[in-house]
Amino acid sequence: MAGYDLNKTPDKQILSMQLDLSKFEKATEEEKRQQDVMSESTTFFKDGMRKLFKNPLAVGSIAVLCLIMALIIVAPHFVPYSYQEILSVEGKRDKGAKNLAPFEYSKAEQAYIAKGNYRFPHIFGTDEQCRDYFIRVIYGTRVSLVVGFFASIIVLIIGLIYGSISGYAGGRPDLIMMRIVDIIYSLPDMLVVILLSVVLSQILVFKSGSFLAMMGSNMVSLFIVFGLLYWVGMARLIRAQILSIKENEYILAARSIGAKPGHIIRKHILPNCLSVIIISTALQIPSAIFTESYLSFVGLGVQAPMPSLGSLANSAREGLQSYPYKLVFPALMICLIVLSLNLLGDGLRDAFDPKLKSK
Amino acid sequence: MSENILEVQHLKQYFKVRNGWKLLDLKAVDDVSFTIKHGQTLGLVGESGCGKTTVGRTLLHLYEPTDGKIIFDGEEVTSKNITAMRKKMQMVFQDPYSSLNPRMTVEDIIGEPLDVHKLYSTRAERRDKILSLMETVGLNAEHATRYAHEFSGGQRQRIGIARALAVDPKFIVCDEPVSALDVSIQAQVINMFEELQERLGVAYLFIAHDLLVVQHISDRIAVMYLGKLVEVADADELCNEPVHPYTQSLLSAVPIPDPKITKARQRIVLEGDVPSPLHMPTGCPFRTRCKYATEQCAQVCPELTDRGNGHFVACHNR
Ligand SMILES: Nc1ncnc2c1ncn2[C@@H]1O[C@H](COP(=O)(O)OP(=O)(O)OP(=O)(O)O)[C@@H](O)[C@H]1O
Ligand code: SF4
Ligand SMILES: [Mg+2]
Repeated sequence: MAGYDLNKTPDKQILSMQLDLSKFEKATEEEKRQQDVMSESTTFFKDGMRKLFKNPLAVGSIAVLCLIMALIIVAPHFVPYSYQEILSVEGKRDKGAKNLAPFEYSKAEQAYIAKGNYRFPHIFGTDEQCRDYFIRVIYGTRVSLVVGFFASIIVLIIGLIYGSISGYAGGRPDLIMMRIVDIIYSLPDMLVVILLSVVLSQILVFKSGSFLAMMGSNMVSLFIVFGLLYWVGMARLIRAQILSIKENEYILAARSIGAKPGHIIRKHILPNCLSVIIISTALQIPSAIFTESYLSFVGLGVQAPMPSLGSLANSAREGLQSYPYKLVFPALMICLIVLSLNLLGDGLRDAFDPKLKSK
Repeated sequence: MSENILEVQHLKQYFKVRNGWKLLDLKAVDDVSFTIKHGQTLGLVGESGCGKTTVGRTLLHLYEPTDGKIIFDGEEVTSKNITAMRKKMQMVFQDPYSSLNPRMTVEDIIGEPLDVHKLYSTRAERRDKILSLMETVGLNAEHATRYAHEFSGGQRQRIGIARALAVDPKFIVCDEPVSALDVSIQAQVINMFEELQERLGVAYLFIAHDLLVVQHISDRIAVMYLGKLVEVADADELCNEPVHPYTQSLLSAVPIPDPKITKARQRIVLEGDVPSPLHMPTGCPFRTRCKYATEQCAQVCPELTDRGNGHFVACHNR
């Protein structure tokens, strides 16, 4: 070997890659200060929210959703009819108030108004059983939103627990758990939904007057069906997310300081897949609403006289030729809700996905 | 108390790798033994993929060792006592970007070891400890509430070092702590490691692929090739009188800016690629690229033998 002393640095030349040993000296206070990053402190959440509110589509859908929410909360208070009430004028059943067009009054009502009284208009008209259609659509929207929201929560909880266990454990447990998911995934879901709803609505009997009975066994079986079937997509998603987060060295770092698996899942893994969880839950709601509408449409959804958007659309089918607006209102409502939730979900993804940091 | 803080005996780490239908053993670390004295630094060098990181992680039982003994401070490290051991052994990671959780503030990152081992009794005490750790590694106290993604690479590495120091360890595995940093910042961070060693008396296993950096900070250096140690010696001796052909080629690749010296020494260019760790050559792992290779090298794997003065070499012919 050529004799050279690495401690003696020869004169430095241009383009050389030699380390300058004089740089191995303690950094001065000034040098340390130079390293300070000047960027302003923003939390991840604030940053995401800022981006979300820059997205016109997302803001629009938030506005539409807020409007719908306000409507379904406020409307039952100022509309003097209830969703199951058969219209009557001065205590007498109003037989003429059948299939009225929007803002039309029946003969009895016109006489009542002529006497100088005030009668609240039928904004969407009435149905063939002389019930105010507007309030029925409002209640239908309520039911659909509740179903969508709770079904998504159920899906989220089951999928989250299953997916995080599978992803964190890895290896053989993961293999087995994912094959179970594959099997459930490969079932024709609509067929199973219909079969389960039929079977469950036979089995489930509730004490009359209880909250569950009010929702009807169909509705409860709907939640169960969702819980049993639709969590698989969520579980897969969360597992994949956890597998990729597990690759990060901060997980190893947490293990190297002696943290327990529970601590690592709570403190490191879940916060880092939170954005994905929020986004996919937001996207889950419209699909649940859609399924509920579908089931109600084929007659397996909520129990009459409780309306849902799907069952309203279904009963509008019969008079489609003469009263097309009765299909238009619930259908429009479904479209508005599903569309704005989808757009909001997309907006959330754009705002919170760390891989789209550019904007 | 023995003079060694760490004694590693015949450490093996085999990963099971699926190759088509077959399960193969990937011998990432194969029969590695070394010791580190109290408050000293052992440098570990070798090219990418030779198993340096795996050695470091196996020491802390981040990977369960396939075989071998790790004796820390006179006590064997097992999966039972590892939680207690992690109060005395810590690690600084290679990548300052992925080793800090982007959703945690600096305060929480540094405070996490304190939380896990419950090393404080009041919130105020926790905060005091964190602030003094930040001062130790040269971070401003105002940075405590910032998120890790707001910092430069050098500052992130300081945060990682503060986290490792939080439990007051006696030994730290530094896994290429500077290779992701700019050269000027490398110098500052390496300085800090030396300062900390003087002040706190910690011992390091300092992993790097840059011999110059390692020579600067280490008392002894171990050279690794394909999961095996090929040469271990005092830092200056290894750099000035390398014996193993692989070490010689590594040193000849260190750029020297003086044309006279460059001309005088011949550059040893290694032929061929590093063999895959899945298909290790028989006998000496280096024989496919060694110009001194003989018949014996293909049959018998050379052991590390003492060449006097604490200079160990694994080679039949040198
Ligand atoms: N968890 C693992 N499973 C399977 N193989 C692994 C695993 N970790 C590392 N390996 C393999 O072990 C070998 C050694 O890897 P290691 O990361 O220890 O190398 P290294 O010396 O640290 O390289 P670098 O300088 O690039 O960091 C490589 O061939 C790698 O592919
Ligand atoms: S044992 Fe043989 S092949 Fe291996 S380094 Fe020595 S001379 Fe080369
Ligand atoms: Mg490495």
